Amino acid sequence: MDDKYILEMQDIVKEFPGVKALNGVQLKVRPGTVHTLMGENGAGKSTLVKCLIGMQPVTSGKIRFKGNEVSYKTTQEALDAGISMIHQELSPVLERTVCENIFLGREPKKGIFIDYKKMHKDCIELFEKIGLMIDPREKMKNLTVAKMQMVEIVKAISYDASIVIMDEPTSALTDTEVEDLFKIIAELKAKGVAIIYISHKMEEIFRISDDISVYRDGEYITTDVAKNLTQDKVIELMVGREITDMFPKKHCEIGEVVLEVKELCSGKAVRNVSFNLRRGEILGFAGLVGAGRTETMETIFGMRKRTGGKVYKDGQEINIKSPEDAIKNRIGMLTEDRRGNGIVGILSIKMNTVLAHLKSYGFPVNAKKMAEDTKAYVERLGTKTPTIETPIGNLSGGNQQKVLLARWLLTDPDILIVDEPTRGIDVGAKAEIHTILSELAGMGKAIIVVSSELPEVLGVADRVVVMREGVVTGCLNREEVSQELVMKYATLDKSMQKAIQ
Amino acid sequence: MNAKRKKVISDNIIWLILIALVILMSIANRNFATMANLKTLLTGEAIKGIMAFGVAFAMLTKGIDLSIGAVAALVGAVTGGLVQPVDLATRAFPGGAHLAVPLSILLGILIGAAIGACIGALVAYTHIPAFIATLGAQLICRAGAKMVSNRPVSNLPDAYRFMGSKQFFGIPMIVIVFIVIAILAWFILKHTRFGMSLYALGGNAQAATVAGINVEKTLVKVYIWCSVMAALGGILLAGRSGSSDPSTSGIGYELDAIAAATVGGTSHSGGVCTISGVIAGILIMGVINNGLVLMGVDDNMTNICKGIIIIGSVIVDMRKNIQKI
Repeated sequence: MDDKYILEMQDIVKEFPGVKALNGVQLKVRPGTVHTLMGENGAGKSTLVKCLIGMQPVTSGKIRFKGNEVSYKTTQEALDAGISMIHQELSPVLERTVCENIFLGREPKKGIFIDYKKMHKDCIELFEKIGLMIDPREKMKNLTVAKMQMVEIVKAISYDASIVIMDEPTSALTDTEVEDLFKIIAELKAKGVAIIYISHKMEEIFRISDDISVYRDGEYITTDVAKNLTQDKVIELMVGREITDMFPKKHCEIGEVVLEVKELCSGKAVRNVSFNLRRGEILGFAGLVGAGRTETMETIFGMRKRTGGKVYKDGQEINIKSPEDAIKNRIGMLTEDRRGNGIVGILSIKMNTVLAHLKSYGFPVNAKKMAEDTKAYVERLGTKTPTIETPIGNLSGGNQQKVLLARWLLTDPDILIVDEPTRGIDVGAKAEIHTILSELAGMGKAIIVVSSELPEVLGVADRVVVMREGVVTGCLNREEVSQELVMKYATLDKSMQKAIQ
Repeated sequence: MNAKRKKVISDNIIWLILIALVILMSIANRNFATMANLKTLLTGEAIKGIMAFGVAFAMLTKGIDLSIGAVAALVGAVTGGLVQPVDLATRAFPGGAHLAVPLSILLGILIGAAIGACIGALVAYTHIPAFIATLGAQLICRAGAKMVSNRPVSNLPDAYRFMGSKQFFGIPMIVIVFIVIAILAWFILKHTRFGMSLYALGGNAQAATVAGINVEKTLVKVYIWCSVMAALGGILLAGRSGSSDPSTSGIGYELDAIAAATVGGTSHSGGVCTISGVIAGILIMGVINNGLVLMGVDDNMTNICKGIIIIGSVIVDMRKNIQKI
């Protein structure tokens, strides 16, 4: 037995019907370190940790925790043994308070009653330790997504576990909260807690990691000390090839105005937004979380009630009240919330692909053509799937995103809105999606890209509209745009805004 | 190979259970596997089956319809009342209201459609749970039926009873109607845009909206279909026995129909339903009903068996779905 490792996973094999998700994978974690798992979506990182904590049974392989061979059947067993996890998808009980969420299932009791006083006190103690300013009595649903994520993190570390798994913990956090999280991680390390960290964000990974393990397509590639690795080296190991260009921007002919938005309003979220969009153009929308970019797009697409302003397409005023109307006007929208309003998880890739285009298959529906269309897009976008009848829920995030992109491409829209198209997607798939967007613009489509990743917006867009608190604060051309300038407009305070207007 | 065989078994488990039950019943009672008994069984289950095809659509969209038994009673009373002989002393409509049989049946279907449209609009536009909307509709329709007539609507003419009680080349008409509806339901689910949107709507209503499906209209159509099936059930029910008692007709049918759809693998959390599954569900419930009666098992034991089967089938089904994720 090797004392050096707190956790050893060896020769882990996990089979799903038709897919080998993990093929003889290993992971060795030293106590008091941050061990980062890297790999493209579908590489098997999440599956590996799910096998560890008993969310999914392993097909074969050995897991040794603190020197003993273990095999957890439920997450509760893993928790009791000292392995807790912050999940990628939040699962808060919205109608209960912050406090109740943190102590869910292990409430302090006084006799048969819950001891709310003690629960409350413990909760405040936890928050104080890490300087989190949240009222434990607040209902969960009133928190922002970022705060909910922090609560989830506090919950995971409050079990005093010896291993804490963090699956994309920062995807919903703002910069200050990321710093808070890193402080928490440093404290945990000092206490000898091992952290298994999963993230796609290179900068943060190199800031906090001690060890890095790389996986690709369910295979184990290598483990090394972070100091010995560079970003480029890791990317190369992840994709098994060099990525030459993350933003393959092609020059396209920019044509006449296709979409004109004038003084668009929707409640308090969108206030007097005006912009126009030309054929062959990629228009980026930048801003901080909550700047109203998504809300603006939802209003244009008919998902949100328009309370003022006008929208013109090809010079004609259009009145869109529902996504159905928008699609009729040949507008497509890849939404931000892939699981919430994107995929229908239990249905096949085929059904998910043709969903927005059902009207074109006639009566009775032409099932053969549906299958052909789906296959064509699976090939064109390089979607990795055993068959087109596989439920989309079984695919990795990046492949789900490709199916959704296929759904909109199939409707052949004049205007395609993509909201956070590469969130939670690995680098390889990211570059592929950027290429597709660029190609579409080349075909004369008009494209709007909303993204919180500045390099992405700057890389793909011809022009960048910057928003802040529901208002457009700036519009920058490709030549003049820079990260600093965008950030300046995104964080403008109100007095400066007035000066500009 | 082993995995493949496992998948075949797991996909068809419901039919295997049905076959096992049939074999078991045939061994236990030699009167079970006879042509005459098969007819009895099918005639007995056909109406519940038709209503199960209706309610399965509602369940597919995460809904439910508790009103179908009462709608059947209301439509049975109205359509029956309109075709009773004019000189009958106990007529439901003592004045003169009288319609030719086809018109009366057509009116019955339209009443069903209208009730369904109301329920559907309530569910779609006010967002109240279907359970509540249809529970209310059940009370209202049952009361409506009793207001039409406070005694059984009887002496129904032969023409009206054609679908419910006649035979066509030795096959009961009621079974033929059941088969036609089964094919229609299968066609709608598998081969029309409407059917496909139901799966999307049940699987993820928000995603369906974003993909351009008009969720509200679709829901209205779902409950129209469901209530029309109930109306048809009511007409067949009155036709089968030649009279329709508004206070007892169709009572419990909603639960039997929901049970059959559930046993047939229709998920209450939406998005999962196959017509072949529903048929199997109906037949399983029928075989248990009929077989246990033949064996002389008392009514209470039969219901205990049915209860266990319903709960067991959902447990099996949920385990299957968990493994998939």
